[in-house]
Amino acid sequence: MERTTLDLWVGAFVVAGIAALVILAMKVGNLSTYNVSDTYELDAYFTNIGGLKPKASIKSAGVLVGRVTGITLDTSRYEAKVTMSIDKRYQFPRDTFANILTSGLLGEQYIGLVPGGDDAMLKSGDEIKHTQSAMVLENLVGKFLYNKAAEGGSSK
Amino acid sequence: MPVIKNLRAIGHRSVDAVWRLGYASRFFVMTLLYSGTSFRRFHLTVREMFFTGVMSLIIILVAGTFVGMVLGLQGYETLKRYGSESALGSLVALSLVRELGPVLSALLFASRAGSAMTAEIGLMKATEQIDAMELMAVNPIARVVAPRFWAGVISMPLLSALFSAMGVFGGYLVGVVLIGVDEGSFWSQMQSAVDFQHDIMNGVIKSVVFGVAVTAISLFEGYDAPPTAEGVSGATTRTVVESSLAILILDFILTAFMFRGD
Repeated sequence: MERTTLDLWVGAFVVAGIAALVILAMKVGNLSTYNVSDTYELDAYFTNIGGLKPKASIKSAGVLVGRVTGITLDTSRYEAKVTMSIDKRYQFPRDTFANILTSGLLGEQYIGLVPGGDDAMLKSGDEIKHTQSAMVLENLVGKFLYNKAAEGGSSK
Repeated sequence: MPVIKNLRAIGHRSVDAVWRLGYASRFFVMTLLYSGTSFRRFHLTVREMFFTGVMSLIIILVAGTFVGMVLGLQGYETLKRYGSESALGSLVALSLVRELGPVLSALLFASRAGSAMTAEIGLMKATEQIDAMELMAVNPIARVVAPRFWAGVISMPLLSALFSAMGVFGGYLVGVVLIGVDEGSFWSQMQSAVDFQHDIMNGVIKSVVFGVAVTAISLFEGYDAPPTAEGVSGATTRTVVESSLAILILDFILTAFMFRGD
């Protein structure tokens, strides 16, 4: 075969392969929604994080504002320390609430931020003071049974 | 003494196997050492990429589309029971990008291009073309083996990316166009589930590893083939069997390292 036609075919093949990879990255993967903008770090302590995982989303009013970057156990307090990186475009007041919520009944867990009314804003490295831990199903069921038992005892 | 005879047979086989393994490793190292030519005279590699990559395109594209369509159909039937048809997109994309894309395209590549490479080099050896090159002071590994090796290693990730892309398209075709899963949730669930680094890049790494394994096995089997018609046909069969097994075993090992614990 002629060398130029050969080159043409191979060139088309390589371009098509790379295009497929780009399509996979953009359309199938999350590269197009990747945070290329600047972020700042916030910490929050939770007594129980439930099934929260690194890279879980952080939402405020349902809008994605950042991602969980690290989860460690702080042994001085025996609480989970969750590090979050938040988009620089979104600033939050100092008395913001951080709650661990679940999307859907059995969906994945994420952190919901509910802003307070403080004028001062959280800066990079600050800690969110008001947190609410994940709801653990076993604890809820336990509480429910305990209450039922108490009700039954008092009505007799 | 039959015991001693059997022992001797076992010993002979083990020594033979170890010797062959060593020969294969030396051959692989020599290929890497002499691969300068395949980049200095890149048209040699481009020529081989035409025969390994471009000629495998049709089988890869068609297979990818149909695998994606089957995934869409089967995934829908199963997900429907749990009322979560909207997760069809992430099911199709994740299984293609992580596993089926690299593995199936490597299996097809091994049987389409790997066997051809083995037969070609085996015949070159049987017709003493390789010896003729050595007589002309042309290094056959640099001139024949290394360009084919690099062509395979470059082609493999491109083929697997095309396979996955066509598979997602096939899944879209069946899931959204044919069955009528909501298009918005199909794509958005897919995008939230598939991570670029964790899923797509690991798939690319897998396909590069498979490319190295398949081409190295095919080239060695061809180079090592006895210079007879039976020898070449046996080597071609061994190429397909060994590369398929190598792909599946390597896939398990890579998956265990890449996707464990999350």
